[in-house]
Amino acid sequence: MSLIDALGRLEAVRTGRAQPAATVRHRHLSDRPLVLVPLTTAGEAGAPLGALVGTDRDAPRLLVVPQPRDRDLRFAFLAELADAVLPYIDSYAGEVEAAERTETDPETGKRVKVEAELCADAPQLIVPSRGGIELVRLLGRSMRFRRTAEQDPETPHPAPPRVPLLGRWLTHYGERARVPGSSLLLALTDLLSRHWATGQSGLEDQHLGALLAWIDPPDGMTGAQAALRAELARDADGQLLCPPAGPATDPAFDNRLLAPAIERYDRARTALAAAEDGLEADGRLAALAAAEREIRALVERVTRPTWDAVWRGLDLLRALPEGAHVEERWTRDRWSFTGHRDRVLAGEPPQPRRDDAVTAAHKLAAREREQARLDAQEALDDPLVMAERRLAGEAFTGEVTEVVMAYSEGKRPSPRPLVTVRTEDRPHLAERAKVYRSLGGRPQTAEFVGYEPCPDGALIVLRITDKMGRGKEPEPGSVPEKGEHVCFTLFEHEQRGGAKLPEPERTPWTHGGPPGEPGPEPADPVTEEDLL
Amino acid sequence: MTTAEAVADPGAAAARATDAILRDTLHGTERGVVVDSPPGAGKSTLVVRAALELAAAGRPLMIVAQTNAQVDDLVLRLAEKDPELPVGRLHSSDSDPYDKALDDLPNVRTSAKAGDLAGLPVVLSTAAKWAHVKVDEPWRHAIVDEAYQMRSDALLAVAGLFERALFVGDPGQLDPFAIVGSEQWAGLSYDPSASAVTTLLAHNPGLPQHRLPVSWRLPASAAPLVSAAFYPYTPFRSGTGEGDRRLAFAVPSDGSGPDRVIDEAAACGWGLLELPARHTPRTDPEAVHAVAAVVRRLLERGGAAVSERSPEPAPLTADRIAVGTAHRDQAAAIRAALAGLGVTDVTVDTANRLQGREYDVTVVLHPLSGRPDATAFHLETGRLCVLASRHRHACIVVCRAGVTELLDDHPSTEPVQLGVTVKFPDGWEANHAVLAHLAKHRVAWRP
Amino acid sequence: MPPPRTGGTALRHRLAELRGPDVPAKALDARALAALAANPGCRRRAILDGAGVDKAALASALGAPPVFGQSQFAFMRGNAFEARVKADGGAELLRLVRETLDPGAEPPERPHVPDLTAPGPEGRRTRTEQALREATAAGAWTLLDHPMLALDVAGSPALLEPDAVVVHPDGRWTVVEIKSFPVLDGSADPAKVGAAARQAAVYVLALEETAARLEPPPEVRHRILLVCPKDFSNLPTASAVDVRKQRAVTARQLARLTRVEDIAGTLPDGVCFSPDLPAEELTAAVEAVPATYAPECLSACELAFHCRARARAAGAVTALGRSVRAELGGLSTVDDVLAAARGEAGDPDDPAVAALRRAARLRAQALAAADREGAAPCP
Repeated sequence: MSLIDALGRLEAVRTGRAQPAATVRHRHLSDRPLVLVPLTTAGEAGAPLGALVGTDRDAPRLLVVPQPRDRDLRFAFLAELADAVLPYIDSYAGEVEAAERTETDPETGKRVKVEAELCADAPQLIVPSRGGIELVRLLGRSMRFRRTAEQDPETPHPAPPRVPLLGRWLTHYGERARVPGSSLLLALTDLLSRHWATGQSGLEDQHLGALLAWIDPPDGMTGAQAALRAELARDADGQLLCPPAGPATDPAFDNRLLAPAIERYDRARTALAAAEDGLEADGRLAALAAAEREIRALVERVTRPTWDAVWRGLDLLRALPEGAHVEERWTRDRWSFTGHRDRVLAGEPPQPRRDDAVTAAHKLAAREREQARLDAQEALDDPLVMAERRLAGEAFTGEVTEVVMAYSEGKRPSPRPLVTVRTEDRPHLAERAKVYRSLGGRPQTAEFVGYEPCPDGALIVLRITDKMGRGKEPEPGSVPEKGEHVCFTLFEHEQRGGAKLPEPERTPWTHGGPPGEPGPEPADPVTEEDLL
Repeated sequence: MTTAEAVADPGAAAARATDAILRDTLHGTERGVVVDSPPGAGKSTLVVRAALELAAAGRPLMIVAQTNAQVDDLVLRLAEKDPELPVGRLHSSDSDPYDKALDDLPNVRTSAKAGDLAGLPVVLSTAAKWAHVKVDEPWRHAIVDEAYQMRSDALLAVAGLFERALFVGDPGQLDPFAIVGSEQWAGLSYDPSASAVTTLLAHNPGLPQHRLPVSWRLPASAAPLVSAAFYPYTPFRSGTGEGDRRLAFAVPSDGSGPDRVIDEAAACGWGLLELPARHTPRTDPEAVHAVAAVVRRLLERGGAAVSERSPEPAPLTADRIAVGTAHRDQAAAIRAALAGLGVTDVTVDTANRLQGREYDVTVVLHPLSGRPDATAFHLETGRLCVLASRHRHACIVVCRAGVTELLDDHPSTEPVQLGVTVKFPDGWEANHAVLAHLAKHRVAWRP
Repeated sequence: MPPPRTGGTALRHRLAELRGPDVPAKALDARALAALAANPGCRRRAILDGAGVDKAALASALGAPPVFGQSQFAFMRGNAFEARVKADGGAELLRLVRETLDPGAEPPERPHVPDLTAPGPEGRRTRTEQALREATAAGAWTLLDHPMLALDVAGSPALLEPDAVVVHPDGRWTVVEIKSFPVLDGSADPAKVGAAARQAAVYVLALEETAARLEPPPEVRHRILLVCPKDFSNLPTASAVDVRKQRAVTARQLARLTRVEDIAGTLPDGVCFSPDLPAEELTAAVEAVPATYAPECLSACELAFHCRARARAAGAVTALGRSVRAELGGLSTVDDVLAAARGEAGDPDDPAVAALRRAARLRAQALAAADREGAAPCP
């Protein structure tokens, strides 16, 4: 943890309120995000218990699985979830703008610009916590290989086509969430803790209620008091006043409320199946409906506080001004969304269970590039982040005290002005290190030439090496002037393209050779034991 | 594995291992040969010799190294061994892409374009540069140097350029890393964040694997400890015996902590200058001062080294001494402290940058000195291994007391990925082994 | 191996005093093991576990009850899965052991599953040892379902009950862990696998103690078998997990538990952790042993909420996370750090203090700039 971050947390302890960890918002927030608050059943891999989902904070849609161990009810839940989510995704797929994309020409191998469609905006999915993102991946994995009756008339539990389709979208969103700086799928706890330093640990920040308590404590309470209440306070029934943000439920809820309710539901169902005539069945159907309503009410009771907390958190985040590079990164998210839309439209198969060697290497390289890009952009957008980099010796600011014109050697001398910067920072400058500053949004490069200590700091001499135009004299405004305040970074502002990797069908012998023609991934076998 | 360890004479054991490696490389049927080389076991010598023999056999060869400095070093060594051999140095299009010394070598051609170097018997470059090269006809042979420090995805990018290859590296040094999480691929044979050798062997388990059995750098006092602590399942030994290397100082000890630890290290090969226990930030001024004081006294006291290389005592000069740290700011603070004492020309660098380098005496600021907590970074075996294996004569460690307790209190809640081979040794174990040994050479000092 | 102890009886007596009159010792369980791994340096946890104090009861008596609990759904699922894995007289489980760990051995035709029932835990331990001896001599596949093992912890034997131990035809022993978290497409939650590996490592150590009493001592395999549900099904899938590292770490930590004697020696007479005592008295008793609280304790130790409250009240910076301390040098409380950062205290030549002041200045500048200009990107 950096000292600046640590100071923020300590100030939060002292003041009883979270302190800023950022001065701008570093992630895109959609005007109309889809919020999903899912719950799962303890001990089962991806067996959903219920969810609140929707784009209207006042009218979430409640989905419930009254008996999570019943496969048919689970499948019905997933179909309902698809009903709730897919129209939202589709509403963004149609509106496009013309854009350019760089592609490798298959014949010449050269990089060329081609015209392409880019979706004008993209759907954004918000879940309460990191566990929610994991669950999105798990649901995506459990749904995308499901077979429809059209694919396989013999399949024992055919899925409606929208179920595997939602599985593919959730998988795409789950993968995209691993890309640093992306905003298609966000966990609110991550978002809030990126922007505020609380008076508790990062581990405790993963509790949404406690995190919000520090950022926006109720009147008359300190953040610490409110967080403790959110974590531990229970009612007379032993139920948490602030239920966990999921997807796991509180064991006391499971044992004291949910389990008896599910048992009543099971009994009502058995009774209905045993009904001997229509009249008896009508009465027992009503009892079953009542039992189901009871479970729905329980699920709503423990999801609604989280739902409201998510929207409150979004309000807090919206109050921060958006960072200057956020839109650029969101455009990448839009490309990602558009690309997946196109793959679905082109009838490509669902994402495989595991990446092949080339895909894995591509993803890793892209994410490392995005991480470096994010680190640089957050620093450029936010003086507080830049302060951390300055403290770490990775950037420095100061006043220009002298500019001496100089030229490169050679046939056509170019301007190479020497700029002296007086700084109190202590950058770790190696001999001839390159440094960069933002000039009209583009990075200008300079070379470290000399260093001389002076009272309260140092004089750093730099040689500017580019972005001064083609002429013998630098273009106006391209060289810092005496008295100007400048900020140079030791890190690059833009990322270079990565290594060229082979096509998957040309995977070399060191990596197992070509993976072979990808066959369709088999569906997960359905076994009797699924119904425990 | 060869049976080299059964041979009594280290020179003969090493020669036997080298012969077997060259036989497999030049005449073997497998597409790859893997060579593990512990610190100072003659890895570069092997690479140069294999390159010359492949070139002599008329087999076009590409050499892949990981950094520009490593590539330039190999070019210089090749030219030194065979000044007539035409060599290509493929470089990036950045400014100052290669060592200017290469321009003075008549048979070395440099270019940023692979096409310009076509037809030369040997072409060298970094993995990063090779990754942008396209060829119609692959090279018949490649040598991949520092293969354990190369990431699997970097090998994926270049492996299509050659038909077969010799992979050489030191498994005990710092592992490659990724700046983002790569857990989703853990357990896959081609995990892109794993080392190139891990992936290579996972897919080609039958490849011949060799080991250079003798460290020519580490003295008899150091090889057993480094071997046992960092290479528990692949032991090696020193090429020199007890008493083959001697370090003596003209100026007698003044009784101070630095002088006493210097004398201890001169006599035994190891010295621990232990400062009182205290929690400090990374740039602990007392520890920085202690390191600088030791370096200054090493120079002031007129050291002379006797070794198998020079039976006449060779003066211990600034360029034969290095200081190693875990962090860059520590290195910067020590450089500043040395400059304040008027000492220049002593290399001060982090473990990452000292990989592959060799000195007579090293002074190490222990990565865990003064820390309130140990982290995976500070416990990484490779880091301590690099720091403890750069010296030909003696290694002096400066450390605050209390590291043993720090290690004991370190939580052990590491996650475990299914299907990932457990890497040995454990950082914890290796640190304890080194500390236990250093404790025998301890000089307590209150600056 | 722990050094030989003297005065073992005296220590046991002292530990019983600490527990309180007539309070039975609580056996070392999975959570105590987790707490040991998560915070081996905590003296409070060491003495309480060493003395067999029921920390959950103690925490409740202190007014900070633990929040651990298990959902009955998870419990039922876990039991159902374990029963399924061990069904058919262990045929499926032994098949998995052979296939994963010992493919060269003969297939288990009629696995032997000895009856381990006996009166009391000590009786079951003796019965287990006897069954292990017989199975090793018999040279046939044998499944020990819920055996009882003993491990010397701080001078008193802790009783442990692994899910299963398998004796191979060649006489070697394997620990089997059955967990209900899924292995999805070949990978599982690494934190959970890590916890399972640490737990299995303790069983390996306990088995090694048992093995050492046999002549010749059988080999306890350091690759254990982890059995989990596969993907979204209830079908078992097995993975071999190398626990050599965890075994080494745990062996070392258990050896260090001998410190319990030293810690007990520092406690004033009359200190007692019996949950029957009034909260104030207990608070004072607990306070008599220093704790090293860190947020990781919250998921590992029953006493964590009590220790957290004390750490916060004392202004300990580590309550915010272990890593907070990294650059603070000797400063360890919130007040000291903030006073140093503001220039009100601390030696300006102390690099920690100097760095804090720089950090505070840079932070204040950045926040002021942002306040002034709304968002203020770097010039």
